[in-house]
Amino acid sequence: MAIQERRIIYKHVDEPGYTADIDCYLRNGGYEVLKKALQAKPEDLCKEVFDSGLTGRGGAGFPTGMKWKFLDRKSGKPIYLVCNADESEPGTFKDRQIIYQDPHQLIEGMAISAYAIQAKQAFIYIRGEFINGARILETAIEEARAKGFIGEDICGSGYSCDIVVHRGAGAYICGEETGLIESLEGKRGYPRIKPPYFPAVLGLYQCPTIVNNVETLSQVKHIIEMGGTEFAKIGVKGDTGTHIFGVSGHVQRPGYYEIEAGSATFGELLYDLCGGPLPGRKFKALIPGGSSTKILRFGERFTGKHPNTGEPFDWGVEDIPLDAISLRACGTFLGTGGSIVMDDSTDMMEVIANLMAFYGHESCGQCTPCREGSLWLNKMTTRMTCGHARPEDVDLMKNIADQIEGRTICAHGEAVAWPVQSHYNKFKDEYLDKIAHQGDGRGRYNPNGYPLI
Amino acid sequence: MDLAPETLQKIESLFPKYPDKRSLTLPLCHLVQEDQGYLSDEAMKWIAAKLEIEPMKVLEVVSFYPMFRRKPIGKVHVKVCRTLSCALNGAYKTCEKLEEALACKRGGTSEDGNYTIEFVECIADCGKGPVVQVDDRLYENCGPEQLEELIARIKEAASADPVTARTAPEPGTPAYKG
Ligand SMILES: Cc1cc2nc3c(=O)[nH]c(=O)nc-3n(C[C@H](O)[C@H](O)[C@H](O)COP(=O)(O)O)c2cc1C
Ligand code: SF4
Ligand code: FES
Repeated sequence: MAIQERRIIYKHVDEPGYTADIDCYLRNGGYEVLKKALQAKPEDLCKEVFDSGLTGRGGAGFPTGMKWKFLDRKSGKPIYLVCNADESEPGTFKDRQIIYQDPHQLIEGMAISAYAIQAKQAFIYIRGEFINGARILETAIEEARAKGFIGEDICGSGYSCDIVVHRGAGAYICGEETGLIESLEGKRGYPRIKPPYFPAVLGLYQCPTIVNNVETLSQVKHIIEMGGTEFAKIGVKGDTGTHIFGVSGHVQRPGYYEIEAGSATFGELLYDLCGGPLPGRKFKALIPGGSSTKILRFGERFTGKHPNTGEPFDWGVEDIPLDAISLRACGTFLGTGGSIVMDDSTDMMEVIANLMAFYGHESCGQCTPCREGSLWLNKMTTRMTCGHARPEDVDLMKNIADQIEGRTICAHGEAVAWPVQSHYNKFKDEYLDKIAHQGDGRGRYNPNGYPLI
Repeated sequence: MDLAPETLQKIESLFPKYPDKRSLTLPLCHLVQEDQGYLSDEAMKWIAAKLEIEPMKVLEVVSFYPMFRRKPIGKVHVKVCRTLSCALNGAYKTCEKLEEALACKRGGTSEDGNYTIEFVECIADCGKGPVVQVDDRLYENCGPEQLEELIARIKEAASADPVTARTAPEPGTPAYKG
């Protein structure tokens, strides 16, 4: 088989006999990197992370070392570290495996990161539905505290920091970092207007705060272990390390696959690792990195000059290398790596209606374009799937999305707009065809008032 | 308000963990809801007094977050993920079948008070869809072949003590303390 997984973060995920308790973790060399890190100067650790080129794994892909550099260290206020374990972007299920199967990896990563940025206290904001995950993390923290890996005077270094597990309560918007901070302060998860509220300057309790994703913080452990420059050799220019692809939808073997950035293509992932389409089916469309990223259509061609190599490329979906740079060159994003696959049995109008039901439900309601636009799109696309579409709806839909994009406080606006815009670009003909045949019994419609998928 | 002694104890143990009392709003809402089954007006006032904030601030939170509820529900709470990956694998069918088997419409509670069925958004287990969360327990790959067994489990849960059933951890999982 051409394609190889390269498991760093997921080394022990699904390994027979591997458990979440600290003894198992210690037997596998756990907390050694933390001990080593505590001997180093915090600023040197930050430099390693900067040199590693690590980008955030929560969706936006912002360079982690750069974010840490923005920390306001002059204010004299305490610094906080927050782990974003909200994992609620549809199609994304990678953080869950770390939390449930290897919680100490996350805790060690957090302890190292907290020391590097000199945080006073750390929080794990975990989505409320992961109640068992919260239980596992709490127990792991207690175990780590009992052994002196977190809490007072960590490993006799004189540095102290504790971790508190904090449960959310079912709101997607609390994954957005400023919404998360508001929620952690005990309020509605309303994202804050940036500026002035860049968390690194004015975050939790108006103190400098770093919010990082579960996978990002776990990666930090490996960066410190191998050194920033070594880590930067994995992957491609501008996108270092590995990515976990959580593949769901219409494939033979859905699941999670950890792959060195750029070392394989979507075709290899979907055919070799995921076993290809279901019997008798053909792939039709792919959402590459969580439901808000722009959809790709099998059969379309992507051309241009590759930003890294300068080489011209002419790819189908199957040829796109699995890295953030190549995906961006194809007009979409790697996001969280949560890839949703649809085959030729899928009605794209139902797909967009399903997504709009999600984003409409999850808008926090602060900005008019997002609140009104996402609810309108939700109502409209649902009506369309029930057989009451008008040809002009297709353009109207695109128009509403265009009015939302770039006019909102947080990126939820883009999360609503991008799926609609990309569907419009790639499946407009399918929409119009379905609408044209609405009366003659062709196609699926749902009389019950909700989309069938 | 009558809270179980261990709920009160858990609540007290949370205060030293946070630099600011208001941060305890979500944890307290969770604990009181687990204890009482829902958050009554009285409960919200109690939480507000405990945190020394306006009751309105608690209501604001309770009405924003989908997991908090202001009315009691059935003994067993069935949540079916309806988001894209699960839907592509038949979540809508799964929900319809459950509604039929438990004589309960989604969004409501069955007449015997045993079940509440809800559609929920992605629960981050999309590779094993359709997924159904029954109280704290997650059931994966709930397609047509698995439904018989799932329905039997749900019915079994309804005959158990509701509070224990609702907060029982998945096998092999430690208890949650806060
Ligand atoms: C609407 C919205 C939802 C988000 N949900 C999540 C989430 O569930 N988990 C997450 O880690 N990041 C999420 N993010 C991204 C965070 O805002 C933030 O960029 C990230 O947690 C930073 O961590 P990183 O730099 O390690 O990626 C979301 C962003 C937006 C706009
Ligand atoms: S874009 Fe939407 S979710 Fe984000 S702040 Fe505005 S209304 Fe809220
Ligand atoms: S779509 Fe159902 S768990 Fe994610």
